[in-house]
Amino acid sequence: MHFEFNVEGGNFSKAGTASSQLKKILKQLNVDPKVIKRVVVALYEAEVNIVAHAYNGVIYIDIDTEKIEIKLIDEGPGIADIELAMQQGYSTASPEVREMGFGAGMGLPNIKNNTDELRVTSEVGKGTTVEMITYLNG
Amino acid sequence: MENVNFHHALKIREDLCIGCSHCMNVCPTEAIRVKNGKSVLFGDRCVDCGECFRVCPVSAIIIDHDDFNYIFDYKYRVALVPAVFTGQFPEDISLRQIYSVIMDIGFTHVYEVENGVDILSDAINETAANHPEKKPLISSFCPAIVRLIQVKFPALVENIMLLKPPLDISALHIRRELVSKGIPEEETGIFYVTPCAAKIAAIKDPVGELSSAITGVINMDILFNKVYKQVKQRNIQSCTLPIGRKLSKKATCWSLTNGEAPYIKGRSLAIDEIKNVIDFLERLENEEVSDIDFLELRACDESCAGGVLTISNRFLTAERLRNHSEDLPEQEYQHPDATSSILENKEFLMQHIDIGEIKPRSMMKLDENMAEAMKKMEKVNRIMQLLPMVDCGICGAPSCQALAQDIAQGDANINHCIFIQKILEQKGELSLDDSVKIMQEIWGFGKTNKYRDLKGI
Repeated sequence: MHFEFNVEGGNFSKAGTASSQLKKILKQLNVDPKVIKRVVVALYEAEVNIVAHAYNGVIYIDIDTEKIEIKLIDEGPGIADIELAMQQGYSTASPEVREMGFGAGMGLPNIKNNTDELRVTSEVGKGTTVEMITYLNG
Repeated sequence: MENVNFHHALKIREDLCIGCSHCMNVCPTEAIRVKNGKSVLFGDRCVDCGECFRVCPVSAIIIDHDDFNYIFDYKYRVALVPAVFTGQFPEDISLRQIYSVIMDIGFTHVYEVENGVDILSDAINETAANHPEKKPLISSFCPAIVRLIQVKFPALVENIMLLKPPLDISALHIRRELVSKGIPEEETGIFYVTPCAAKIAAIKDPVGELSSAITGVINMDILFNKVYKQVKQRNIQSCTLPIGRKLSKKATCWSLTNGEAPYIKGRSLAIDEIKNVIDFLERLENEEVSDIDFLELRACDESCAGGVLTISNRFLTAERLRNHSEDLPEQEYQHPDATSSILENKEFLMQHIDIGEIKPRSMMKLDENMAEAMKKMEKVNRIMQLLPMVDCGICGAPSCQALAQDIAQGDANINHCIFIQKILEQKGELSLDDSVKIMQEIWGFGKTNKYRDLKGI
């Protein structure tokens, strides 16, 4: 089954719409609550990243009886050093912004912990693509 | 589907139901449909919150309870009374008056439900400290919320604290105390005075436990009427009740909104009213909300003061209890002549405070088998594209989405939709007679024939 969701950059009031929808779908498909939790947490984190950093993006979700594949493609500034961004607590946010409670890192490590396969590709000045796969019976 | 024969305290009386669909429209779990002019309840979705009971204009929704005379089957009859019961009465009627009348009308003992609170609050803090993986810990106090999480938020079931609510702790204490006084256990009946339907369901069919220490349930409105009548008629001066314990400040307000939260260490949040709770749990499930240690969630607005079986205005009840609690001590007050304190039993009660595992029983799934569920979901999505998305309810389902799911499950037909009926008629694929018949199958004869039978308008 295939689903698509548009994500609007900068609109935090709508952040989480896709993850809420996916959660509802997976519940209806009788997927194990523990798996649902992992997938939804990972997607929410990635969805918020688009809202926070990119101009806009599209989320493509494919579900079959074995796995859930999610691809998030955004148009935005891109990530210069993906390896660095994958590190816990890494953030490009300035100390002032961090003091306000934002910019605790992109949550990529958290996404990684909650998916079975994760691939991040990016082109600076163009955008970022995040692909994640979660297996249902593993 | 597991637990289809789940016990519900809420029942629809078919002889009284006029099929007005008020209940269908307010049900937070979409558990009601209208068929043949009557409301029908889906047992696996109902969480006994009682929202339907509140809106029924003809009192066709009833709350199953034990007959009052059932108490006389027991030699020793304990009334287990929650604080909100005393909050039902006007200020000029004293606590002692209320309790002494309860004794006069047939009980041999009166105990307060919230006695168990002084034991429980320590246990909650202990659980929170020992089980950081359960964070945020969700209170097990409100049985409608426990059931809501089981059916609608299966991933959050493991956050529910596996501790008995004050009611069951107090009931255990009473049993032990009476036995220690030489009263045979089988001659003791403990009757809980309930403000809501969910508590009844929880006692008749406990979640996480095999059976309850409570013998029977008396609905709060029924006891209120009995007690208030006696108070009014006899202007009681005599008081058969010994000078007893006094609940602590904490215990008195425990069942109100923000009753638990302030006493739990860390960051706690209190949310009341079932739709507010659903909205918050959606966010919690996505982990949009973090760093909260404890959640006090209650199905009714103003918590138990707003229970469906209460009589008094919920804001007044809450205010009375808060006023009353201002004069009360922080700890349970022990008069020298009083019966024994629950704290003397603390060790025993702490050993029995745990409840077993609470299992999810999701109502959301379209099928046990994922491949089948996917087929049904595709069907739902196709049907959704044909429906008008106005959620008018004329099809007998609360929303277009609900109808689409019913159709995919084989419980309804797409021609139940009034918009689709019109088009089918226009295309000559459905006769007018058949279309009226469909309406009658949903709404019964009375409503559909009203206009035809009233001539001369």
